[in-house]
Amino acid sequence: MDVKVSRRQFFKISAGGMAGSSLALLGYAPTAAADVRSFKLARTTEHRSTCPYCSVSCGLIMYTIGDKSKNIKPVIMHVEGDPDHPVNRGTLCPKGAGVLDMIHSPNRVKYPQVREAGFSEWKRISWEEALTRIAKLMKEDRDANFIEKNAAGTTVNRWNTTGFLASSASSNESGYISVKTMRAMGIVALDTQARI
Amino acid sequence: MTNSWVDIKNTDLVLIMGGNAAEAHPCGFKWVTEAMQTRKAKLIVVDPRFTRSAAVADTYAPIRVGSDIAFLGGVINYLLSIDKIHTEYVKAYTDATFMTKEGYNFDNGFFSGYNAEKRVYDKATWGYEVGKDGFVVVDETMQDPRCVFQQMKKHYARYTPEVVEKVTGTPKASFLKIAEQMGATSAPNKVMTILYALGWTEHSVGSQNIRTMAMIQLLLGNMGRPGGGVNALRGHANVQGITDMCLYSDVLPGYLGAPLDRDTSREEYLKRLTGKPLRPNQMAFTQNFPKWHTSQQKAWWGDAATKDNDFAYDYLPKKDAAYDVLHMFELMHQGKMNGFVCQGFNPLAALPNKKKITAAMSKLKYMVVADPLETETSEFWKNFGPLNDVKPEEIKTTVFRLPTTTFAEETGSFTNSSRTLQWKEKAADAPGEGKPDSEIMARLFVKIREMYKKDGGKAPEPIVNLSWPYQVADAPNPGEIMREFSGRALVDLMSIPDPKKPEEKPTLLVAGGTQLTAFAQLRDDGSTACGNWLYCGSWSPAGNLTARRDNSDPSGLGVFQNWGYSWPANRRILYNRASADPAGKHWDPSRKYLSWNGKAWAGVDVPDMRPNAAPEENVGPFIMNPEGVARLHAIGMAEGPFPEHYEPFETPLGVNPMNTNPKAISNPAARVYKGDMEAFGKAAEFPYAATTYRLTEHQHYWTKHSRSNAIVQPAPFVEIGEDLAKEKGFKNGDMVKVKSNRGEVKAAVVVTKRMKGLNVNGKVVHTVGIPIHWGFKGVTQNGYLANSLTPYVGDANSQTPEYKAFLVNIEKA
Ligand code: SF4
Repeated sequence: MDVKVSRRQFFKISAGGMAGSSLALLGYAPTAAADVRSFKLARTTEHRSTCPYCSVSCGLIMYTIGDKSKNIKPVIMHVEGDPDHPVNRGTLCPKGAGVLDMIHSPNRVKYPQVREAGFSEWKRISWEEALTRIAKLMKEDRDANFIEKNAAGTTVNRWNTTGFLASSASSNESGYISVKTMRAMGIVALDTQARI
Repeated sequence: MTNSWVDIKNTDLVLIMGGNAAEAHPCGFKWVTEAMQTRKAKLIVVDPRFTRSAAVADTYAPIRVGSDIAFLGGVINYLLSIDKIHTEYVKAYTDATFMTKEGYNFDNGFFSGYNAEKRVYDKATWGYEVGKDGFVVVDETMQDPRCVFQQMKKHYARYTPEVVEKVTGTPKASFLKIAEQMGATSAPNKVMTILYALGWTEHSVGSQNIRTMAMIQLLLGNMGRPGGGVNALRGHANVQGITDMCLYSDVLPGYLGAPLDRDTSREEYLKRLTGKPLRPNQMAFTQNFPKWHTSQQKAWWGDAATKDNDFAYDYLPKKDAAYDVLHMFELMHQGKMNGFVCQGFNPLAALPNKKKITAAMSKLKYMVVADPLETETSEFWKNFGPLNDVKPEEIKTTVFRLPTTTFAEETGSFTNSSRTLQWKEKAADAPGEGKPDSEIMARLFVKIREMYKKDGGKAPEPIVNLSWPYQVADAPNPGEIMREFSGRALVDLMSIPDPKKPEEKPTLLVAGGTQLTAFAQLRDDGSTACGNWLYCGSWSPAGNLTARRDNSDPSGLGVFQNWGYSWPANRRILYNRASADPAGKHWDPSRKYLSWNGKAWAGVDVPDMRPNAAPEENVGPFIMNPEGVARLHAIGMAEGPFPEHYEPFETPLGVNPMNTNPKAISNPAARVYKGDMEAFGKAAEFPYAATTYRLTEHQHYWTKHSRSNAIVQPAPFVEIGEDLAKEKGFKNGDMVKVKSNRGEVKAAVVVTKRMKGLNVNGKVVHTVGIPIHWGFKGVTQNGYLANSLTPYVGDANSQTPEYKAFLVNIEKA
């Protein structure tokens, strides 16, 4: 017997009352999937991640959609607990289970902005303009207030009129680059969210 | 955490105090219920609220906010008075036998050496008596009144069950029941674990809360053992990693003490921080400090750090004062700061006394906020009616707001509470023009460096000479960065010749240019570079070990040696030498962890011990301490070598029932700024104890921007008990105004059975609970920032603000 069924026909037959699985067992498995809307997750890419909230640090799997071609931006469309993770074993709490909505929050900051002194509104600016202005302000303050030597004549090379507070939500690598550059500039007023 | 999340399943008894794991760390709490099911472990919860952790506990006891040391001090007294301690452990692994100095004294709330004017202690009379041989004098019998054991016993003799009840409001019977259960784990084959969080740290005596518990765990012999330890459940995904990277003023990456104004040279600096053994044969691991520090300088300044310029020691800023966040905002408030860069941090919401924070930031010339979300801090200058009543035209601060990625849009590693680094992958780009923090910092740095190169300026050398070997200078790759802080050999590393065998030729240990496998390979002669010694080996010649995903657990004890990478040296339980008795045998055959096999230490984890240190050598398990043992008497603490109960700065009692000294009501060594002391409220005007807390459905101030979280917890509220509601005539849902001496919050009141008035020192103390998650930005309903209410004072050691115990009044809005 030579029976070829498309996926759609297969579902029709199944819907006709015959159990899909037993039909498949008989060899009538579908041969083409092109014209059927497949399970969405089947077309996604998996990325391994870590819940950003509490430090149980549950393993996450994030699914992005987009075919990886150059002009297509992948979009995260589903997040679930990583079943292989030894700590959470696939579970997530109400915080972690809602993380997709934080990623897609309408309150994400999307562009560099400035609020000029005394103004009541933001103004969008380019990265170039933002970083150039910040760099100038920092250099100006450093050059004006940098302390090279203390009263005893010891080289102390500190700059204590600009402070830096670091995130506990960024990666170790971002943290390392932050501490390396800030210390090199002489910053001592340095602290982190970890304190509180 | 000294132990790991999964290790909780190995315990016999769980104490949750100063935390609420069921609601704040739900997926970690699973391991508590696992222990309850499979090991028949018991759960004790001590908390001012009947939390969801309490709901599944075998024993629950209420406690007044801010009185934990009185409770735990009472436990110490109970254990010592009926000898329910693990004596062999205490003798061998703690300083109980050490003699303290003559002249040490505690009298009516003050330890010896107090300077009332400066609010600091001169610690000359604290600490151990050191003999002529340079080692501490010990009394093996523990009978001498000056030995640590007897001093401790004397100190806590005042903490009787009756006193505990009087100070904490915990009924004596409940206290005794809990103390008895804890005491049962002094048996060598029983282990207790303690899970705590911000409920202990956010007090003016926060560090001592934790220390009191650590002392109990030591007395019971529960440290370094599977199912034991002292476990801090931390609040942010990478709070551990960022702490390890030391983005705070006191230390450099890997907790290397930062150089101070008074260190006149590198030599002095190294001398101050390099440990030397206080007892014979001890590892005193900080002996290696010069290796860690020199390797870090090489990672930062590369070829510009040479032997001739003291490995660029001058380039490092020398600290002259405290610069923790409270001090930073105090300086800002005094107008002594011009600029402020705020990365992924929302100080307007997260710091105490919002009014002061707003005034402080309004004095800045410029402020930079880098965050994925629109934080309150970034809009502190904007008027949001009563929720943020400011006049923008009067605030002259220029504010920049830069979009960053969230965790999902950045590749790199996070370190969890169990010290395990886990690699994650970027899944998508950030919306709009968001960039990772590493790229923002790199671009900013490169710009500033170019300006110094082109235009010159003050002290350009540390900037222009900073090692910047990244392929794309503007966007270092996370892999490159991890390889840098993990460390590599700069030249061929040869074996160090053994003076006993001068004829032997040195052999090649590590070829120049290769990644190192462990911090033992670091050197102090500039031949190795390593940005953070604790993370050394995380990217070894075998590749990125933090990305490993082998979840096999051959021992069944929850030790996943090939899952990610744990610091230090991939060790999963700290101080694990203490899991065996002094002779090197397991304390408990049902939890075999590490033992001496006649030649070496072996077991299911990486030994926290020199591998060939035979038990007869008596090398103590607490290898970071120069004494090799753990400290019951600790001179490092600001307010005393033994924890003592002090009232919160805003006390509902007005007195400290433990003393009659008006200057020792609250922590005598806590730092209080001018103006802040006056801003403390008194019980006459603000009669109710208050505490802030978190909800299961929200994470700090982020998830109010997330719709699904907003649906499940949409609106601000405060919580009070039925007895107080009745007294005040409040019904569930009434709008109320909660006032402290610094500000007010309006919200609906939720009346529950979870909080009750407690009888304390002859009066009833009611508590008002204030969840913190609302603000003037977000997709939840807007609300008042809870920290409008909280006092501006921190723990005397860590400067963590006192969010968990203050005073308020409450009335109908
Ligand atoms: S899912 Fe919940 S328990 Fe797990 S890390 Fe996230 S916030 Fe913590």
